[in-house]
Amino acid sequence: MSRHSGPPGQPDQPQPAARDAPQSTPLRKNRRRRVVLADPRGRGRVLRTIIELEEQTSVGEKLIRDLIRQQLRTGLLLGGGTLVFLALMPVVFYAFPVLSDVQWLGVRLPWLLLGLLPFPLCYGVGYVYRRLAERHEQDFVSSVDR
Amino acid sequence: MIQNAWSLVLVVVVAALTFLLGYVGSRRANTTPDFLVARRAVPATRNAAAISGEYLSAASFLGVAGLVLKDGIDALWYPIGFTAGYLAMMLFVAAPLRRSGAYTLPDFAEVRLGSLRLRKFCTFFVICIGVLYLVPQLQSAGLTLNTITGLPAWLGGALVTVIVVVNVLGGGMRAITLVQAFQYWGKLFAVAAPTFVLFTLFLSGPGNGAQPVDEDGVLRFHEDVAVTTVDPVRVRVEQALELSATGEVDDARADGEVYWTPGAYEVGADTELRFTAGSPVPVVEGSPAENVDWLRPQTTGLSGLFETYSLIFATFLGTMGLPHVLVRFYTNPDGRAARRTALHVLYLLGLFYLFPTVLGVISRQYLPQLLVTGKTDAAVLLLPTTMQPNALGQVLGAIVAAGAFAAFLSTSSGLVVSVAGVVSTDILPGKVRDFRWATVLTGAVAIGLALLLPRSDASLTVAMSFALAASTFCPLLLLGIWWRGLTWVGALSGMLVGGGLVIGSQVVTVVSSYTGDWAPSLLSQPALVTVPVAFLAMVMISRLTSRRRPEDVNQILLRFHAPDPLGFMRDRDVQRFGTAEEKARLEEGKHRDGSTSSQP
Repeated sequence: MSRHSGPPGQPDQPQPAARDAPQSTPLRKNRRRRVVLADPRGRGRVLRTIIELEEQTSVGEKLIRDLIRQQLRTGLLLGGGTLVFLALMPVVFYAFPVLSDVQWLGVRLPWLLLGLLPFPLCYGVGYVYRRLAERHEQDFVSSVDR
Repeated sequence: MIQNAWSLVLVVVVAALTFLLGYVGSRRANTTPDFLVARRAVPATRNAAAISGEYLSAASFLGVAGLVLKDGIDALWYPIGFTAGYLAMMLFVAAPLRRSGAYTLPDFAEVRLGSLRLRKFCTFFVICIGVLYLVPQLQSAGLTLNTITGLPAWLGGALVTVIVVVNVLGGGMRAITLVQAFQYWGKLFAVAAPTFVLFTLFLSGPGNGAQPVDEDGVLRFHEDVAVTTVDPVRVRVEQALELSATGEVDDARADGEVYWTPGAYEVGADTELRFTAGSPVPVVEGSPAENVDWLRPQTTGLSGLFETYSLIFATFLGTMGLPHVLVRFYTNPDGRAARRTALHVLYLLGLFYLFPTVLGVISRQYLPQLLVTGKTDAAVLLLPTTMQPNALGQVLGAIVAAGAFAAFLSTSSGLVVSVAGVVSTDILPGKVRDFRWATVLTGAVAIGLALLLPRSDASLTVAMSFALAASTFCPLLLLGIWWRGLTWVGALSGMLVGGGLVIGSQVVTVVSSYTGDWAPSLLSQPALVTVPVAFLAMVMISRLTSRRRPEDVNQILLRFHAPDPLGFMRDRDVQRFGTAEEKARLEEGKHRDGSTSSQP
């Protein structure tokens, strides 16, 4: 217990399964139970941060605001970039009709640019976003759960 | 015609598989969360297949190729927008929407803004959009079944309704998840197989002496063709031609040889036009007649540019506001899975949309007669037998027909589930029995309207639903998820302004189409204006009513955005409909470190 760094008023938090003590209903009798005698990590501190998050103390609020801003910025950058790229195409085709005569493998350039390219592009942007968003969330969890 | 035994057999196979998978899926469905959100246990890849299956309606399966045939390269913005809409959804909506723990879109509005009035209003709008989307599905199902099997049109719609309703009665969302996932792969096969075969045939020889698609000048018939109009149509002639007509042309009786000089002609319903090989193709008004215009992007000047941008706006932002798509994202276990679902949907849709474009281009060469009547939706169905009038063509045609039938089934079942979910939880008490009654009610109302209302152009209705969704639910979701300042008054007025403008512009367009087409193109594709206006109204009025900002807005946004392992998510369907044990588990289980209980 001495390794726990939580404040004195903070009771040690066991895993949820360990809370199914004998006094709980017989319905759960046969369920496999994980018994945690001592948790190596500082549960108290984790709990405190989560409570801070939930009660929106200044620290918690700053943390979550930063996360939201970060995710929104990532989304806007990636989505805005894709939108600008796609939205430029009609104007460019309108301004430079000569582009329609460029051929590649027997297919005209606009047909390739509009019929083929946008789909892998959207998937690629989505893939990058998934990586980034999950990394941000991972960073957030580790900043809460050191 | 493509009426043959093959298509009938394959349609029956699709229907039987639908029942079978629905039965398998719904065996253990017995609680309200099962029916509403499939107990939130659908893995990301399966949910993605189900979403794609639901989303690729007949408008995508048949319509995209038809639009390419008619409008050429500018029609490619439809599939691009339909796909990119999911990118926007993934970037801004998917994960927070799932973490809100809501079970319907009106429920989300209540979670976020705490107003029952807003919830009621959203309920009304969800039902409107759902039924408006469902009616044309059933109508075109009737027509398609009529084309491929010869069944009367009303029977086709009724058949689709009965299959869908019976399936949904069994297990709600759980029943249709597997069905829709299967139907995605079925549709992909049904569009990919004919494309590969026909494209190979297309490349292996010029075939039928048809004119290359990129030859300059007007499109010409490459064989003698007779076309019979179903509805009155206005065609434009660019080059003088001789034809023979039986019926009504320019409000006068026509019978025998006629000579058309360049100009526009009104052809009455039920008129037969017979063209000879080599004569130029009259094209339905509003579509490019010259190959050059068809082949090149942005040849219609500034108004065309405006329409393209408006379409981009409506589809990019409208997808996230479609209630039947949103409700599928609630079935994932957590926010991370919802995000991965959206990514996988991008992959599946991108794969699918490669094919209709190819089919559309090929049909330009083989089916120019569809341009006379403008009923180009039939292109995909007719192409196999036109190119290969033998057994191969019949089998391919049957595969396409079965795919189209699957498209009607999957989209309609998704719509029925989403509307029934809203009706049963917001109007009825929300027990399983209520869900079943709501399903029957939704099906009955939809088929009733489908039989009573005159048939409207499917692409027009789809465009309107997207514009409507982009101007109402899209701002609600985006501002609700990312901006603390939103109030329910602001949300309500923004939705009223956006929705009102879209509906108003559609009414004006319809009126003008009967009284001489005076309305500018802005009104038929209004999203470029209505979406910003709706956003602006929502922000301004929320600023003015900032006193009504929910007090717990910070907690709500925390729940929307906190990573799943921290366990802030609370599923509201369990809170409302779950058993005592499920509620207890919800209270303790998902929260990784526990929050309240203390152990001695």
